[in-house]
Amino acid sequence: MAGLETFYDVMRRQGITRRSFIKYCSLTAAALGLGPEFVPQIASAMETKPRLPVLWLHGLECTCCSESFIRSAHPLVKDVVLSMISLDYDDTLMASAGHQAEAILDEVMEKYHGNYILAVEGNPPLNEDGMYCIIGGKPFVEQLKKVASGAKAIISWGSCASYGCVQAARPNPTQATPVHKVILDKPIIKVPGCPPIAEVMTGVITYMLTFDRLPELDRQGRPKMFYSQRIHDKCYRRPHFDAGQYVESFDDEGARKGYCLYKVGCKGPTTYNACSTVRWNDGVSFPIQSGHGCIGCSEDGFWDKGSWYARLQNVGGFGIEASADKVGMVAAGAVGAGLAAHAAITALSRARYKGDDAQ
Amino acid sequence: MVPSKSNILTDEDLQGTNLQGQNARALRARKLTTIYVYEAPVRLWHWVTVASIVVLVITGYFIGSPPPSLSGEASNHFLMGWIRYLHFSAAWIFAVGFAGRILWTFMGNIYTRELFYLPVWRRDYWKGLLDEILVYAFIKKQGEKTIGHNPLARTALFFCFTLTGLFMIVSGFALYSDGTGIDSWEGKVFGWVMPWLGGNLSTHFLHHWGMWVIILFVMIHVYTVTREDITSRQTLLSAMTNGYRSYKDDHPE
Repeated sequence: MAGLETFYDVMRRQGITRRSFIKYCSLTAAALGLGPEFVPQIASAMETKPRLPVLWLHGLECTCCSESFIRSAHPLVKDVVLSMISLDYDDTLMASAGHQAEAILDEVMEKYHGNYILAVEGNPPLNEDGMYCIIGGKPFVEQLKKVASGAKAIISWGSCASYGCVQAARPNPTQATPVHKVILDKPIIKVPGCPPIAEVMTGVITYMLTFDRLPELDRQGRPKMFYSQRIHDKCYRRPHFDAGQYVESFDDEGARKGYCLYKVGCKGPTTYNACSTVRWNDGVSFPIQSGHGCIGCSEDGFWDKGSWYARLQNVGGFGIEASADKVGMVAAGAVGAGLAAHAAITALSRARYKGDDAQ
Repeated sequence: MVPSKSNILTDEDLQGTNLQGQNARALRARKLTTIYVYEAPVRLWHWVTVASIVVLVITGYFIGSPPPSLSGEASNHFLMGWIRYLHFSAAWIFAVGFAGRILWTFMGNIYTRELFYLPVWRRDYWKGLLDEILVYAFIKKQGEKTIGHNPLARTALFFCFTLTGLFMIVSGFALYSDGTGIDSWEGKVFGWVMPWLGGNLSTHFLHHWGMWVIILFVMIHVYTVTREDITSRQTLLSAMTNGYRSYKDDHPE
């Protein structure tokens, strides 16, 4: 990898001052949950390490991950991160197209075999031999497998790559399949969300550059630093939850007072993500702050887990939509009636019983 | 009818007892054969579990569907906090009780083990199961006498209490790790549960279904033990209070 510019070189070349650079390092350290003593380490890594080649592939997706990523308002990131990593292939962002673009892919794969990071946005559909997503005339799944074979690690951007997301929702006609079920022999970092938070995306990359290793992952393969707590755990409306103050409907007094959105279906208590701490759009807001419950977009299969406006999932197979409680109440009523009838028949048959003495 | 096996007492039988001189027929005096089935730890566990289930069902229902909103300052209330606190406390009692009950199977009598497996390899289990079903369908008059549970009761307990209870403990601790964190021991020990059950929300959903299984089980359980106590050939209610089971007749079969 000799001959590549360091991040610092690139930053300086782009007219970024030393002062801004150090600020960036400090903020990155803070965002990663590191102490101030790590700032020099980050700065040193940026100054000495060559840029990391990243190949960014797009499968079945909506490009919302890219849209989020390029809006990273973290200081300097908009200008720098795209230069920091050597983003050698990203068909959405790159200038070249067609055969020229595909040639770059082959070149990087050969030159940096075993050293580049593969970032995947979207997922491969496996049905009909992968024909539902064609890149450069070939099924995306083939491109994915080919590029993954020489990758150092894989980042699964967003819920599509991590879990399948909307295209994998029932009945999943294209058999859209998350990356970790197709690529089994590479370390995979899942960065779920629809889209993931911009600063989370850049933070994951920065960590990998700085420390030259994968961030610590949880059981599901998500970076612990961003996905180890629920939205609920750091939600500024949590006091209203604990107090028992809820929005009952979106136009009531509770909604105006900013009470907890639990009763109108907020998925914050079941969603692991950093929205309530990092927030969106340069920390301006996040869904709950805007008065709408979390829809749980960073959780596995969130499209298939019932309404966004109810906590209890509907129960299929009962003809009508019914919550578990309605079905439970009906079942309890039926069992109660059955027991009463059984008791009545028992009483009638006992009435003919003459007592123990009359045997 | 084998007269020698009759347990109906006559005036003569009452001679020399505290009832001598009384009219045995008018008193419907009987001699009951009584055995000790449910030892003290089992009975204590039963009633502690009853209490914890009552608390768990009520608080669990309110966690799923919270009571109407309170007004005023948030810092003046801690309603949901208390509901969850009670749920977790009762859950710990239920879980520790369950663990203690499993330990007791190694120390207690053989009837303590009936809750934890079904003797499906035994022909008399299946025969007894069919017999009890026929009794409950009003086709057969009386079931077999049993010392512990009859096969139908044992089957219902195994599925609706033991397995469901175990599922509630395991899924409950997994959900509890949401609050204590993935690095807590709950997160480490039970972290596999939620991905296995299809995610966090699905685990909540199945935990909620478990509540309804237990509610229906409790309804049927209370009905059947009361009915059995009245109509069957052995006592049930007092067996779970003082531990002794009495037989209302001494017929050998």
